[in-house]
Amino acid sequence: MNRFYVMVGVLAVVLGIGVFALLKTGGASAPAAAAGAPPTVVDDSFRGYTLGRENAPVEIAEYLDFECPVCATFATIQMPTITEQLINTGKARWRFRDYPLPIHKYSRFAAHAAQCAGAQGRYFQMQDQLFSHHQWAQTGNDPSSLFRDLAQAAGVDLKAYDACMDAGRYAGRIEYSRQEGDQRVVDGTPTFFANGKKLFNGLRRLPNSDDFKTLVDSIIAHSPRH
Amino acid sequence: MRHRQAIALLALVGLFVALYLWLHALGFGGAIKCGASGGCETVQTSPWAVFLGFPVAFYGVVGYLAVLIVTLGSLRPAALAQPGWDRLVLVLSSIGVLFSAYLTYIELFLIHAICRWCVGSAVIITLIWIVSLFSLRSPATRIDPGASQLLRGPPA
Repeated sequence: MNRFYVMVGVLAVVLGIGVFALLKTGGASAPAAAAGAPPTVVDDSFRGYTLGRENAPVEIAEYLDFECPVCATFATIQMPTITEQLINTGKARWRFRDYPLPIHKYSRFAAHAAQCAGAQGRYFQMQDQLFSHHQWAQTGNDPSSLFRDLAQAAGVDLKAYDACMDAGRYAGRIEYSRQEGDQRVVDGTPTFFANGKKLFNGLRRLPNSDDFKTLVDSIIAHSPRH
Repeated sequence: MRHRQAIALLALVGLFVALYLWLHALGFGGAIKCGASGGCETVQTSPWAVFLGFPVAFYGVVGYLAVLIVTLGSLRPAALAQPGWDRLVLVLSSIGVLFSAYLTYIELFLIHAICRWCVGSAVIITLIWIVSLFSLRSPATRIDPGASQLLRGPPA
């Protein structure tokens, strides 16, 4: 019987050390190259992924922050209707620009994950994953492992994804987008522009799909072609 | 007695698995260690990772601790012959198995991701449940020196 209690004690100590070591080392962590602000801004002439036809009469540019809960709400609640009513019908084209806010620890990292997925033609799938599993933004935990899971679910090849993230390949591009947002006086996320003009300045709530439908229909009705 | 010892050891392992997940949910340590297949962060950050206001792993810590304490209590010489302890462990582990089945269903059909730590815990609680069944069905160990003398026969 005494031997049993010694065994319990030894096992408890070994397991305790194991848990401590697991917590101490953690899993994958956000590579600094992808998570932090880059030293140089890179203009690679990339101006954001777009949804919709090239010849759509209205272009909406959205400056978004992946960690921002309002952006997630907009993406998951309003965008499906907007896609159906305006983008699929050829009335509008949507351009996604990154505007990682400094108050958000992992928003730049998330933007980078989306860009790395985009390099494999999976930007929109990754964006869906990041916004529809948005609990990561509330935990404060390092989301590196989760983002790999999400990338995998988005159909991204993880080997290329890891290399892209470790190298911080698109950090300069994201910073360029952020500085572009500063120049256009983006003061929060999401901020929208329609054909270059800032939208909903006086609106005290998140615009919805009806707001965009009214706006796009109005722009089309007043355009010279009509 | 062997059954109860096995249950105690399994509960101890389960307790540390749940403790790791709970501490991670509380924000200790970095990203969760999950192996190449991933899935743990997806599960841990899903809306189902919190149950009645507490991280799911917290219930695992409480459950395994309860099984461990009851089993260690049942290993006292005075308790070895009492089958009530086995019934209590069976009840506790049955609750654990049902809860694990519910969580595994959520992982497979709602989250569409599997956390290997959660699978490990489900296996441990299922083993505890099986061993507790054997423990309940096996005859109780009797600590009765007089009876032992009779079984051994009269001294030469």
